[in-house]
Amino acid sequence: MHKSKTVVVGGGLLGMTIAYGLALKGQQVCVLDEGDSAFRASRGNFGLIWVQSKGYGMTPYAHWTRQAAALWPELAGKLLADTGINVHLRQNGGYQLCLSQAELTEEVHRLQWLESALGDYPFEVLEPNELQKRLPRIGPDVVGACFSPMDGHVNPLKLFSALHHACQARGVHVLHNYAVDGIEAFGNDFLITSNARELRCEQLILAAGLGNKTLGAHLGHDVPVAPSRGQILITERIEPFLDIPTSTVRQTDEGTVQLGDSAESVGFDDRTSTAVIADIADRAVRSFPCLANVNLVRAWGALRVMTPDGGPIYQELSHAPGAHLVSCHSGVTLAAMHALRLAPSIATGTALPELASFGLGRFSANAEVHHAH
Amino acid sequence: MPTESLFTPLAKAQSWVTIDYEGHQLKVPQGVSIAAALLASGVRHSRTTPVQGANRAPFCMMGVCFECLVEVDGVPNRQGCMTLVSDGLRVRRQLGARKLAPLCAEGDCDEN
Repeated sequence: MHKSKTVVVGGGLLGMTIAYGLALKGQQVCVLDEGDSAFRASRGNFGLIWVQSKGYGMTPYAHWTRQAAALWPELAGKLLADTGINVHLRQNGGYQLCLSQAELTEEVHRLQWLESALGDYPFEVLEPNELQKRLPRIGPDVVGACFSPMDGHVNPLKLFSALHHACQARGVHVLHNYAVDGIEAFGNDFLITSNARELRCEQLILAAGLGNKTLGAHLGHDVPVAPSRGQILITERIEPFLDIPTSTVRQTDEGTVQLGDSAESVGFDDRTSTAVIADIADRAVRSFPCLANVNLVRAWGALRVMTPDGGPIYQELSHAPGAHLVSCHSGVTLAAMHALRLAPSIATGTALPELASFGLGRFSANAEVHHAH
Repeated sequence: MPTESLFTPLAKAQSWVTIDYEGHQLKVPQGVSIAAALLASGVRHSRTTPVQGANRAPFCMMGVCFECLVEVDGVPNRQGCMTLVSDGLRVRRQLGARKLAPLCAEGDCDEN
């Protein structure tokens, strides 16, 4: 029987980030990855480190997100030192482009709410004239935009690669094609059945995205996560024209342009649909008319891991002490907090006071859903 | 430009067309793709990659690998293997990433 101090269930961005953080603290970690048949939320990420409007109606989430953005340079530096991979972190701000007055009004309302809740919360509301000066390729349909210097982006492919290499360098054991069939608490240990094997560990991190619902149920907890489908389009590489990301159009350091930010409730269906692809492309071309004749080379769908209030869940399970549940749809933005704050708190058994707001208990009453990237 | 081709046509062409490749007039068989025409004319590379700047030539000849990208009649990033030659076609190497139309300087040109 395989025995590790800590098992992380989930080999996506979230699981690998936490595994890396635990390994930085010297822990012996084994990651169980379901394999390529899994609904990987990581596949759907947009590479954004996005702060503006996150945590509307949920102040602790806004604080947590801001701290994450501030901590990101440290994570990027550690990954570079461990692997030589530059994840191309750029934190020069981000734009939310609005194509109607209603969109702009809603966005400004959210930012003003956050400003009053947090105090220091830098953002600007830009009229088309000012926007044109900053983004010369902007289209005439854009009625305004919000800019926040808090936002940024990374190259998500390089990030994922860096996490895997860094984990390997620090002795993390990653097992592929290990879907978890069962978990039971067994004395002070957990007994995990996976790929016809049994694995034991003292500490268990559930970071399996939508799979956390089933895994939580094995340990007697209801985990309210549900799929929200996002579709992503990728263009051919084009000359650099957009060095600051927007929430719907982002150019990577290597020239491709990523278009997206759709959200659909369609269950466990991660396919694309013509109507949504057309909507995303239309919005992109109205935002930047220079994209009109650019070729798309790929499109795919992926499922976000959404909670009823849109915020993350961090919870040590009361029915299974030593088991930690982590669910979120912002695995890139929050990566620095997960590696450098959450993982150390789990490793040392020191609860972070700010995590109290992110427990499962908050879902006992119905809450409105707030989604922002 | 090297003119000795690495390829030998299986049958003698019945009719020919002339395309303009980088200012060179190439006499090529009618009915073949641009990629086939370039290879048969001894062109050794017809694009450079956007990130590394490495030379590339047509490879899969069936629309999959995108190594044959060329500019055709002013349209960038066309797949040479998916486009047939025609008389007077203007073909240029695709050098690096697709370029965008230049932005007009303020007051320099009309809206649109």
